[in-house]
Amino acid sequence: MAAGVAAWLPFARAAAIGWMPVANCPMPLAPTEKNKRQDELIILNVSGRRFQTWRTTLERYPDTLLGSTEKEFFFNEDTKEYFFDRDPEVFRCILNFYRTGKLHYPRYECISAYDEELAFYGILPEIIGDCCYEEYKDRKRENAERLMDDNDSENNQEGSMPSLSFRQTMWRAFENPHTSTLALVFYYVTGFFIAVSVITNVVETVPCGTVPGNKELPCGERYAVAFFCLDTACVMIFTVEYLLRLFAAPSRYRFIRSVMSIIDVVAIMPYYIGLVMTNNEDVSGAFVTLRVFRVFRIFKFSRHSQGLRILGYTLKSCASELGFLLFSLTMAIIIFATVMFYAEKGSSASKFTSIPASFWYTIVTMTTLGYGDMVPKTIAGKIFGSICSLSGVLVIALPVPVIVSNFSRIYHQNQRADKRRAQKKARLARIRVAKTGSSNAYLHSKRNGLLNEALELTGSTEDEQQMTKGTSLIESQHHHLLHCLEKTTGLSYLVDDPLLSVRTSTIKNHEFIDEQLFEQNCMESSMQNYPSSRSPSLSSHHGLTTSCCSRRNKKTTHLPNSSVPATRLRSMQELSTIHIQCSEQPSLTTSRSSLNMKSDDGLRPNCKTAQITTAIISIPTPPALTPEGESRPPPSSPSHSTNISTTTTSNIVKVSAL
Amino acid sequence: ECPSGIVNEENFKQIYSQFFPQGDSSTYATFLFNAFDTDHDGSVSFEDFVSGLSVILRGTIDDRLNWAFNLYDLNKDGCITKEEMLDIMKSIYDMMGKYTYPAMREEAPREHVENFFQKMDRNKDGVVTIEEFLESCQKDENIMRSMQLFDNVI
Repeated sequence: MAAGVAAWLPFARAAAIGWMPVANCPMPLAPTEKNKRQDELIILNVSGRRFQTWRTTLERYPDTLLGSTEKEFFFNEDTKEYFFDRDPEVFRCILNFYRTGKLHYPRYECISAYDEELAFYGILPEIIGDCCYEEYKDRKRENAERLMDDNDSENNQEGSMPSLSFRQTMWRAFENPHTSTLALVFYYVTGFFIAVSVITNVVETVPCGTVPGNKELPCGERYAVAFFCLDTACVMIFTVEYLLRLFAAPSRYRFIRSVMSIIDVVAIMPYYIGLVMTNNEDVSGAFVTLRVFRVFRIFKFSRHSQGLRILGYTLKSCASELGFLLFSLTMAIIIFATVMFYAEKGSSASKFTSIPASFWYTIVTMTTLGYGDMVPKTIAGKIFGSICSLSGVLVIALPVPVIVSNFSRIYHQNQRADKRRAQKKARLARIRVAKTGSSNAYLHSKRNGLLNEALELTGSTEDEQQMTKGTSLIESQHHHLLHCLEKTTGLSYLVDDPLLSVRTSTIKNHEFIDEQLFEQNCMESSMQNYPSSRSPSLSSHHGLTTSCCSRRNKKTTHLPNSSVPATRLRSMQELSTIHIQCSEQPSLTTSRSSLNMKSDDGLRPNCKTAQITTAIISIPTPPALTPEGESRPPPSSPSHSTNISTTTTSNIVKVSAL
Repeated sequence: ECPSGIVNEENFKQIYSQFFPQGDSSTYATFLFNAFDTDHDGSVSFEDFVSGLSVILRGTIDDRLNWAFNLYDLNKDGCITKEEMLDIMKSIYDMMGKYTYPAMREEAPREHVENFFQKMDRNKDGVVTIEEFLESCQKDENIMRSMQLFDNVI
């Protein structure tokens, strides 16, 4: 309700006295204000900028953070103000919403930052005023598209899940050749054969030398057998490829209807039809025409070239502009052809025999080709001819920039996606370095700390002083925290093997993480049993650790231990210990992906969350990781297979190199 | 809202329609307007407005009851007939709108009027005079209590 009308509210309430005598039941109590005194001025301190407003202004919208008692959480007793550690620029808009009832979206603001602020203050974006709503929606859509692109490309880049069926892996291999070397090989082979096929088609028609008989033969007939063999080979490959794709497609019906499959079919059909048909004179003419369709093989390249795909997509998205172009051209052609025909009717021996015959002249003139096979001779004809060519230039020039800009936009989007992917990879690599660095630091200090304790026992204090000097306050607090956790879980780090310092540090990281993970997850009884039974397994697995780590690339090390779990508990234990020791830090993308997948794989979620919790622990890690960690509480105890994908192993190699 | 210093009926109706968006408050607004427009010149001046408000908010119970009676008495002849009451009742029910629980029935206003008359009309002569009205209201506890509630509106 607008503020102006709100001023009338007391009047309406007073006038409500008119209802009372006729009311059947007593009136409800009037809302009593907590403070009968004057409206209170509230101070809102947003990151240092102080905003002041009346309390009632805020209470106009009681279902938001500021309008309800939720803001009491932010009340600072000492300064008697509400302190929010948020962006003051956006807060200005939000406060204006309370004052005027209209929420505006400032153009300079980033859409996701704005959304976050709105979400924090409990305001629905739908109430953005009409003046700014369209802009908001546009930006939001753009952002969503961009994010979707990212997610799509990420999903495509994940390591293949072990639990995909053969068919699914095949389909992935077809769609994205970078998933495995076999797919890449297949990709290049088909590309090669497409090229060979196209070249043979072209070379077939080149005249190559004369045969005695004074006839120039095209190569196709001279070396008929060779070309036939080549053709057969290519068609074989294409057929096999098509059948494989058909088999692997998740939705066969949709696959059959897709453009690429139609091109495939059209490309190989002529060959089979040619085989089937006999060498009849009358049908061979038709057969020859069919051979034309072999040229469609060149379209198969679009699977290999992204540029082609972009071009095709652009044309599709500019369909309306193209349609307009075509329509206007047709109109102009008909008009000018008619005019030229009638203008040239008078002249003798004119080539403009009919209006359709003039079409050719009009098209050639409008596109400024000007072959010169048909030329107007009368003056009127020449005048109209020049008008025709001028207008042709205009009509064609108009829709073309639209098409060009569409192409450019799509192309840049693609480039942007690629660039983002590359940046993400670089960032993840950096993060990994930071992570191992921090975990190293902890273990280093721990070793020193243990050394400390040992020394304490022996009474020496020198090293102690050294150690305490070395660590900063944050580090020491961090280490203290990790130490507390160790004490809580009753588990501890293995620090005895200095040779494998780097590796063990990462391992311990994982162990620790595992502990933390379990602690986080399982407040259940499983944890109680866990620590006790773990220590023996720990020590027994220590050897396994080293061996495992030294043979990182072998997946099989953990298999013997990860036998079919009898109970959930035990399996968790086994899986966790082994897994942790052998696990590596796959990139975050894989972690995300495997969290997304069905966690059939108990290892996998543990592993991933291991990564994520690492992020929480290690301070230098960019905060981007932490939300992931928190938002994904590791699913406790699902199951049981223990394969680590090859990508993980490849990542293992990477990390150890770090 | 009223830069000219007077409220005319249209303004009044608009204001009320914003307060009661679900229903149709125009009829009631008209009646109310007439109650405030003591000199019946088609507009409520500031004096009218203030005097009406002062009666409602700061007047005695009797003054308020008087004001209410004035509201119901559409033709200002000193007594409320069933038809007048029915009109008022219908306008009040109209303000509620269609989406009520329990659903609004056609006869509800009429029934309500019957109840009202039963309570108020002492001599059963089909009209309620100011004395009957005052008497019956003063005897009715609910009404008295409601009146007192509205002491603190402004």
